[in-house]
Amino acid sequence: MNPILVYIICFPFTAIVGMLVSWIDRKVTARLQWRVGPPLFQPLYDFVKLLGKETIIPKGSSKITFLLAPLFGLVAATFVSMLVWTAILWPEKSFGGDLIVVLYFLMIPSLAVIIGGFASRNPIASLGASREMKLMLADELPFLLAVFVAVIKAGGAIRLGQLIAYQQTHGWVFLSASGICAIIVAIITMQAKLTLVPFDIPEAETELMSGVFVEYSGPPLAIFKLTRMMMLFTLPMVVVVVFLGGMHFQGISILWSILKYVVLLVLIILIRNTNPRLRIDQAVRFLWGPVTILGVAAVVLAFLEW
Amino acid sequence: MGIKLKALTKSPWVYHLSTGSCNNCDIEILDCLTPRYDLERFGIVLVGSPRHADALLVTGNMTMKCIPRAKEVYEQMPKPGVVIAIGTCALGHGVFDGSYVMPKTVDEVIPVDIYIPGCPPKPEGIIAGVAKLLAMLKQKA
Ligand code: SF4
Repeated sequence: MNPILVYIICFPFTAIVGMLVSWIDRKVTARLQWRVGPPLFQPLYDFVKLLGKETIIPKGSSKITFLLAPLFGLVAATFVSMLVWTAILWPEKSFGGDLIVVLYFLMIPSLAVIIGGFASRNPIASLGASREMKLMLADELPFLLAVFVAVIKAGGAIRLGQLIAYQQTHGWVFLSASGICAIIVAIITMQAKLTLVPFDIPEAETELMSGVFVEYSGPPLAIFKLTRMMMLFTLPMVVVVVFLGGMHFQGISILWSILKYVVLLVLIILIRNTNPRLRIDQAVRFLWGPVTILGVAAVVLAFLEW
Repeated sequence: MGIKLKALTKSPWVYHLSTGSCNNCDIEILDCLTPRYDLERFGIVLVGSPRHADALLVTGNMTMKCIPRAKEVYEQMPKPGVVIAIGTCALGHGVFDGSYVMPKTVDEVIPVDIYIPGCPPKPEGIIAGVAKLLAMLKQKA
């Protein structure tokens, strides 16, 4: 396969798999609550329906920012997915420092949500955006610490391809004391980055209605929803590449690769369904307290080569 | 129009608007969303913002204070959208008929697509009404 082809099909592929994954999320949630749950094409119906609706731009909002914010998020999510898949398919082709680029791009969907929320000139959206900002400040540090562990283990590799190659010869980063600490931190912060329960504080339905998205309607809302679905697929993929040795597509290892992702997804869904929502101060205290300490411990362990 | 309406029948997101009900109809609406009736099967989700809504579930008498607000919420809903009036109060004034604080019924303020009578209607009744509305929309599409 040609890399150019990957660049072209990356967006539709990520979008379709993202929709599938978000359907799995909703279906499993429904089954856990002893319900039947939505049909398979539900995310697609939602998306098409939103595309067909009217776009309302609130009076007094900054129009261009309001409409462009969702696009920034979508583009960033697509880029992350593209970099990760290039690294998975051709570990030697990824460029130096693409891990850092991925980490930057992973932040942009949250930034887009913040910008969009502030641009919509709605008190509820502003409140949601400020919460999202605090949450982002809280979860970035532990997430970086967790990724740092993998970098130390691989001898200072900041190329995704190098990380995958290292794990092929030396075993997964996950299979060590520091790796286990790091992946726990990564899973918790992943939940916060995806703003799923217990960290769905920015859009808490019961107190903030839909928080940052409150003024969005029609196609921009559809794009935000699509970005979230794509992130639900892409972010666990990053974790798989960094900690669980990436994916391989020869023979039986296809199943094995998919299993890694599915286990992470099921963990996310289970955490989401068995926890109440935290308050923003509790979330920040939790992420900067125990989680960061665990992250620091993981880094220290990694330096000691455990 | 065709595909827009078709997609709308597959995933109608509802927004709950109470215009001065006795609160019983609202509780019955919430009953519909419990795991027992599981409206997510039809793609129905309760949303918190009228901007996301495809259907307004209107309950209550439409009191004087509520008239401008109901109009505003209706205008905030992006079109195409439908309005579902639930409960005898929303249809006529039910037991409150003749009260001086309720000059108008719901359908004199905003256009209503389907009426679901009952005081309060059973959750099964509400679901049956919504299913009929969806079938109607499908024919139109
Ligand atoms: S129809 Fe009956 S139950 Fe519903 S709001 Fe009116 S009085 Fe209450």
